[in-house]
Amino acid sequence: MNNLTTMNSKNLRILVPLLSLLSALAVSSLIIALAGRDPLMIFQKMLHATLGNSYGVGQVIFRMTTLVLVGLAVAIPFQVRLFNIGAEGQLLMGAFAAAMTGAMLPAGLPPLFAISLCTLSAMASGACWALLAGVLKVRFGVNEVIATIMLNFIAQGITGYLLTWHFAIPSTVHTAKITDNAIIPTFDSVTGWLANSPANFSTILMVGMALLFQVLIFNSRFGYEMRAAGLQPEAARYGGINAGMHTLTSMSLGGAAAGLGAANIVLGYKHYYESGMTGGIGFTGIAVALLAGAHPLWILLSAFFFGCLEYGGLTVNAWIPKDIFMIIEALTILLVISFSALGKRVL
Amino acid sequence: MGIAVRLSGVSKTFGSFAANSNISLSVEEGTIHALVGENGAGKSTLTKIIYGMHQPTSGEVVIRGEAVRFTSPRDAIDAGIGMVHQHFMLVPELSVTENIILGLEHTWLFGSLPLKYAKARNLKNSEDYGLIVDPDALVASLSIGEQQRVEILKLLFRKASIMIFDEPTAVLTPSETERLFATLRSLRDKRKTIILITHKLDEVLAVADTVSVMRKGEIVGTVPASSVTKPELARMMVGRSVLLRVTNPPALPGKTVLNIKTLRFRTPKGEERLHDLSLNVRAGEIYGIAGVEGNGQSELLQALWGLAAEGSVISGEATLKGHSIIGKKPAEIALMGVSHTPENRLRHAVILDYTIADNLLFGRHREPAFHQGIGFNSRTIKSSTEAMISDYDIRCSSPERQHLCDLSGGNQQKVVLARELNRPGISLLILAQPTRGVDIGAIETIHKKIIEARISGMAILLVSSELEEIIALSTRIGCLFKGSIRHEFSQEEVALKREAEHEFEKEIGLHIT
Repeated sequence: MNNLTTMNSKNLRILVPLLSLLSALAVSSLIIALAGRDPLMIFQKMLHATLGNSYGVGQVIFRMTTLVLVGLAVAIPFQVRLFNIGAEGQLLMGAFAAAMTGAMLPAGLPPLFAISLCTLSAMASGACWALLAGVLKVRFGVNEVIATIMLNFIAQGITGYLLTWHFAIPSTVHTAKITDNAIIPTFDSVTGWLANSPANFSTILMVGMALLFQVLIFNSRFGYEMRAAGLQPEAARYGGINAGMHTLTSMSLGGAAAGLGAANIVLGYKHYYESGMTGGIGFTGIAVALLAGAHPLWILLSAFFFGCLEYGGLTVNAWIPKDIFMIIEALTILLVISFSALGKRVL
Repeated sequence: MGIAVRLSGVSKTFGSFAANSNISLSVEEGTIHALVGENGAGKSTLTKIIYGMHQPTSGEVVIRGEAVRFTSPRDAIDAGIGMVHQHFMLVPELSVTENIILGLEHTWLFGSLPLKYAKARNLKNSEDYGLIVDPDALVASLSIGEQQRVEILKLLFRKASIMIFDEPTAVLTPSETERLFATLRSLRDKRKTIILITHKLDEVLAVADTVSVMRKGEIVGTVPASSVTKPELARMMVGRSVLLRVTNPPALPGKTVLNIKTLRFRTPKGEERLHDLSLNVRAGEIYGIAGVEGNGQSELLQALWGLAAEGSVISGEATLKGHSIIGKKPAEIALMGVSHTPENRLRHAVILDYTIADNLLFGRHREPAFHQGIGFNSRTIKSSTEAMISDYDIRCSSPERQHLCDLSGGNQQKVVLARELNRPGISLLILAQPTRGVDIGAIETIHKKIIEARISGMAILLVSSELEEIIALSTRIGCLFKGSIRHEFSQEEVALKREAEHEFEKEIGLHIT
């Protein structure tokens, strides 16, 4: 009987995400048809614009990079059964910190040093912002969902205020450009790959981070304790594991990942902080992590999917209004989440 | 006498696994019919078939002479069958009366509940069967024993005449158990039919009229309870003769290892749970703590393992070879050479979703022998896992792949004991309820291992609510009552009185109530 159930659950584990994607495709087709367009034509255009040429591939890779990192920001705390809704706020704080550090650094620093400094400041800011929610949880028992949502608002407020009242270049909504040496080079500028696309070397850091987390969670003693603390906190206490410490570290690690995601946008692409530049991608991170079952390696795949969807949506703007595509994307996320919840119940 | 329930040739398969095969059974009306068997023998499946939760793959179910085919418990309830589950099906936020009429309100959605009528009927049932419980109390405020009474009242309110009890005593104190048995007898005297599922043989012999023994999905025998002895039943259950009492050679205690002096424990709410408790445990002896649950056992264990809830006040001393334990964290206490198997194995001792190998490591994952880089040394872990599995006869197919929750209760407990008894350099072993929910066959192995550990020179503190276990294993026995040791039996006394176990149980009983 045991063999039977494990076999079924294995099949289901693959079947559930597949089903959710198929149903999302069906619903999207319906909506596109209702908007008066041929779904097949739209999907064909999307496919061609995203994966059909090297610029499109670069765009997808650029978007996927941030998505993987915000996905990790949700997934790592999820291993301790913490729901980090705050990737957006952590991303904002990281982005602002990266832009400010980059703008304040003197010109002429060695690039490796300047880039490291800016990247680390982004990661540290994201980590601190997430850690706050962890501290509230451990010290005062504040539910992390509420804490991270509130911290999102506060992060929006802080960055918005600082930008508008202190650091925005007059008559624009962005800060001063970072020093040239703090810019993370694009693949195009160094190797000529992925022509003109914003894909940059933070993607390498992203892959490194996903692999690092994979090893940390599933192969290290730290991960062994962390998962135990998430599965059965009381048993963990008996086993001499400090569950509170794991709450704090997992939140911080998640926040640091979100911060690196911000570095990809600020240091690799925009080169300044701009109002609304994160565009709610932190929330998409929740869907990325859930679709991947909070598993770092699967997150690479699920972020790739969401990256295609995001950029693909932009490319068909001429045929499908942005608003319609927003509906499609949100519905896809809802379907994915519903199916994974359903899958869990069946498993 | 009529036949209340008759099963003929009933089988139930899940996939290729036969949970019940070709079962034939007759339960006479107005009797207490016990169904015994080890975990996984198919008792639960069989009762779920009678209660309509499962449909038999083949065979026939006849209730009071009528062949039935239940598709849900609803049908069974309509046929006058009720079940008291091991985990109660009550709504804690509702009152006793509200819980009893739940689902039978007989009123329109916004009408007022027929509480007065229900109360009057419940009162009569309460008095008739000794099921005293305040009808207006919230279920959340009731003790476990009282909640069980509410469950029985629920069945009576639904006019059930065939009642199934699933391990009803697993959660009860000895005095509550006595009370439940009195209720069961009075129900039987009023012509109700009781089907009692249990694996405690003493209970079967005390209360049942007829016993059916199950093994591996089959009924291996049905006998009158008065004509069978405990060893015979155990033999039928396990399929081989079982040593019900492990041989316990005389102990030669050494130096004092654990010394507890005037220990007090006050909970954050201000209740004093340990009151000047003093005892000591020497190397090479088992100190058994007998007592009804709730007399301070849990608090003593928390204090000794560094797990007292924040805000508790502990005073007095507890030292291990002269070093104080109080105020230390579990990991520090473990390092001092202490090992502990907690009372609630599933909640505290194991990670159910981890593999067996990972569980054999749990809590000992800080031992350098298992380390390699930032991870674990798979080779040393594999060899230690294999050694423990064969040494403790843990029955599993693949320790690296199988999750702990796939094991039976007895094998889960063997995992915990194997891990804790094998800690390097331990001098004190704290065992709480080491055989709770464990099959007879596995109890034998576990008891043998505990005696072996004692002979090897460990000091062992044994906390158990099973007097039989305390008497069989202990070198000395302390009777815990309201937070202190009320009476202590010396090594000579225990050795002497063990011969007349029944008398000894009664004598201990006097000191713990």
